[in-house]
Amino acid sequence: MHELSLCSAIADTVREHTAGRRVERVTLQIGYLRQVVPDTLLFCWGFITDGTDLAGSELVVDHIPARISCRACGATTEIDRPILVCGSCDGTDVELISGDEFLVESIDVESVREPTQEIH
Amino acid sequence: MGRFHRHPDGTVHSHEHDHDHDHEHDHEHEHRDVGDHSGYTETGTDRVVVLEKILGENDRIADSNRADLSGHGITTVNLMSSPGAGKTTLLARTIPALEGRARIGILEGDIATSLDADALTGLGAAVSLVNTDAGFGGECHLDAIMVRAGLARLPLDELDLLIIENVGNLVCPAEFDVGQDARAMVYAITEGEEKPLKYPVMFRTAEVVVVNKMDLLPHLDFDMGLFRENLARINPDATVIELSARTGEGLEPWVEWLAGVAGIGDSGSVAGEPGQ
Repeated sequence: MHELSLCSAIADTVREHTAGRRVERVTLQIGYLRQVVPDTLLFCWGFITDGTDLAGSELVVDHIPARISCRACGATTEIDRPILVCGSCDGTDVELISGDEFLVESIDVESVREPTQEIH
Repeated sequence: MGRFHRHPDGTVHSHEHDHDHDHEHDHEHEHRDVGDHSGYTETGTDRVVVLEKILGENDRIADSNRADLSGHGITTVNLMSSPGAGKTTLLARTIPALEGRARIGILEGDIATSLDADALTGLGAAVSLVNTDAGFGGECHLDAIMVRAGLARLPLDELDLLIIENVGNLVCPAEFDVGQDARAMVYAITEGEEKPLKYPVMFRTAEVVVVNKMDLLPHLDFDMGLFRENLARINPDATVIELSARTGEGLEPWVEWLAGVAGIGDSGSVAGEPGQ
């Protein structure tokens, strides 16, 4: 639903870091607890980059599992929704370790290196 | 807002970093060559490790909003709900109830029309309308930039409490910090008991959940115990306030919660003078 504005924000970040170099791939880290539909995001990326300097670049989403750590028993539980209950002891005194990520992780840009021998 | 760098040994750290992108970072570069190497000019791929928050710019502006509002002595509440849950009706009850205790500003977010802003005009609050349809077909939420624009149309020196009525939507507004001090949500019992489980991120962000349309309870098969149980699984710390915005019954705990976050407590003291 808000994937279009997210793609605009991603494109701004990419341009800040690439200084006009051709972008091949943008990799995101998105935690399972974030409300983003990856397919919609990929569709919106094509739509928003079409006809721009980022046209043809690939968007890759690293979906990060959500994990909680229990302060009572020390167990780590992977969860698929934000019900923060320890899977081992049912305790609710837990800490979210991962799953909230919302990052541009890396950008692959085309590098052009000069030949080692000059042509005269 | 920190910038994260990853070092070649895999450690990641963050440090405070002014918003300056004019220099080259010490990025980790992986060269993954393609094609043969006999050509005069080689092309390959450089990997620039960024690890920057996608909503970093929004968050920076939200922090600016928060600082500006706080500088004016204003407490800000981000009020969220599904469409039709009763935010506007609740505010129409709330503004007169706080008259003489807090000077209220309303920042009204709507995809289109001024209907809600019109409904709240003339009740004693300063109202600023932000229509979000300037984007692609109407944004489904307010972001920090839109709120910043709306703030420019409010007399900030003359306010104690700002309520941001977000766009009616149970998904997107939860993801965007707009610079609020507290998040509240309105939930109507006509929506069904399972909503906290279906929209957990929204219910998880709210400090207070107003359970509205309680006047309809006799006409519905609504199970309040089940709703509260579902909410407690998602957000055990949420304050729950049952009321009817239509009849005004049960309004007082909500008004006192607002007075509490605004720092005017239950003393009934008159709001401070401008500049305090």
